[in-house]
Amino acid sequence: MFAVAVAAILITMSLALARAALGPTVFDRILALNMFGTKTVLLIAVFGFLTRRPHFLDLALLYTLINFIGAIAVLRFSRYGHFGDSELEQRIP
Amino acid sequence: MAIETLVDLATQWIDISLLALLACTAITVVRMRSLWAAVMLTGIYSFLGASWMLILDAPDVAFTEAAVGAGISTVLMLSTLALTGTTMKERTKSPLLPLTVVTVTGAALVYGTADMPHYGDPTAPVHQHLMPEFMADTVPSIHVVDSNHSVANSHGMVSDATDSNNHHTKTGVGVGNVVTAVLASYRGYDTLGETVVIFTAAIGVLLMLRGNQRVRNHVPERTSDSTLPSYPLSPMRHRAISRVVSKLVIPYILLFGLYVQFHGDYGPGGGFQAGVIFASAFILYGLVFGLPAARTVTPPRLIEILIALGVLIYAGTGVVSMLLGGNFLDYSVLEHQLWPGFLPHGQHLGILLVELGVGITVAAVMITIFFAIAGRERVQ
Amino acid sequence: MSLLVDVISGACIVAGSFFAVVGGIGILRLPDFYSRLHGGGITDTMGAGLILVGLMFHAGLTLVTVKLVMILFLLFVTSPTSCHALASSALAHGVRPLDPRRRDGH
Repeated sequence: MFAVAVAAILITMSLALARAALGPTVFDRILALNMFGTKTVLLIAVFGFLTRRPHFLDLALLYTLINFIGAIAVLRFSRYGHFGDSELEQRIP
Repeated sequence: MAIETLVDLATQWIDISLLALLACTAITVVRMRSLWAAVMLTGIYSFLGASWMLILDAPDVAFTEAAVGAGISTVLMLSTLALTGTTMKERTKSPLLPLTVVTVTGAALVYGTADMPHYGDPTAPVHQHLMPEFMADTVPSIHVVDSNHSVANSHGMVSDATDSNNHHTKTGVGVGNVVTAVLASYRGYDTLGETVVIFTAAIGVLLMLRGNQRVRNHVPERTSDSTLPSYPLSPMRHRAISRVVSKLVIPYILLFGLYVQFHGDYGPGGGFQAGVIFASAFILYGLVFGLPAARTVTPPRLIEILIALGVLIYAGTGVVSMLLGGNFLDYSVLEHQLWPGFLPHGQHLGILLVELGVGITVAAVMITIFFAIAGRERVQ
Repeated sequence: MSLLVDVISGACIVAGSFFAVVGGIGILRLPDFYSRLHGGGITDTMGAGLILVGLMFHAGLTLVTVKLVMILFLLFVTSPTSCHALASSALAHGVRPLDPRRRDGH
């Protein structure tokens, strides 16, 4: 049962990687990266169950958070071209 | 018997697929022209690398790789791209010489690995000289957890119940996690050196990148980058979701950082990972609410003090043990009568203190580096 | 009873894997960015959710389940936010959805 899940997750990871390599716009790549992160979380969780180690779930928790932070960082950069201040937005009506 | 071979087969296939994905990602990174995409693919590479380390049974290292490689490194690379520009320069020289050097070095490395022992070989040198002694000191407490306090349900999943009677052997450390015991107690000098190295890196970054920040106190002008379009939608309205979710998630991240810090004695975790997790919470705050707001929350003076405080705690523990009659960083003399039943003492207290020092320094250094790089303006 | 739990857990995991693969195929084959976003959303919520629920059934009522609940909660909160931020950024940068009228003529 877990083997099925692992195979499916690995297939999805390769598909996401293909999109990250192809994606005409940069947002396709960010989407693929985000999906890759969540698939890694699942892979770790299922692998932990496969080998009977519950400690791996801490790692899965960390990945979820890091994935989120990475996505926000990339989007913040792409919006303004620099990590900056929010004063810029307040000037726009 | 059949289940065992199925698990082995599955693990083998996971190994092969992960390595194949790693290779594909590396090739794609090299061939990308847009540096943007290359940085994001490097993030994917870090995720894969951490999964790979996990499968090799090294959760502590995987933790650190995930936190540092996929989180902090990607953010720092992106801030650097904001300063330098995002397309690669045309290559003018022929790649023949670098290709030859890389091929020769790679071949030499592969030839060198032919001599290494098999993975998990019990007669390998790394398992011989001091390792049995370390394991004998720490493993008894692990066995007590497994046989007396673990709760295994019908499917055989062992939940990580913490052990309340970690016995302190006379020479041993008595901590559940061997990695933490080796890192913080048996090889404590090395970890002190690593912490000082991180401290020095922070000083270097501060010296080089903070030079012009006292001059710039105004709001930076919008860069004259013509690719930024005018916004058809009001940004304030559409940023509400990010703000609310970040406010929901940041306390959780801080709590998780504390958990990783103090759970490092019993499971994967420890000072380095916890410090990076702490820093990412503040970096997330800076990303969503803007750098001036983040600078109000974490004033630079306070962060500078914290960088030094961590190293001070670590080295101070060593000095205190010297003053109490033991060697430098010998934790077994750290006995006290403050609250004998509740507060830890001896090795446990020593490990707790030094991990705290490491965590504080690493968190402060990551925050400093992020603010130093992200606060710079683009050079026109 | 244990057999029932096993069956439910297995069914959830298989269904979750199916959704994950469907999302993966979607992200590769759908025509424009905004529809691909939908593919990503499917695997993040249905795929991940079902697999994690299946794992929860397998683990029973232990600390492991609590951690799985936390992971599930975080995934449900952060993935849609990332998708939203992505879509809003793309719109602000001028990425236009595919015009449905143009495709009818072909």
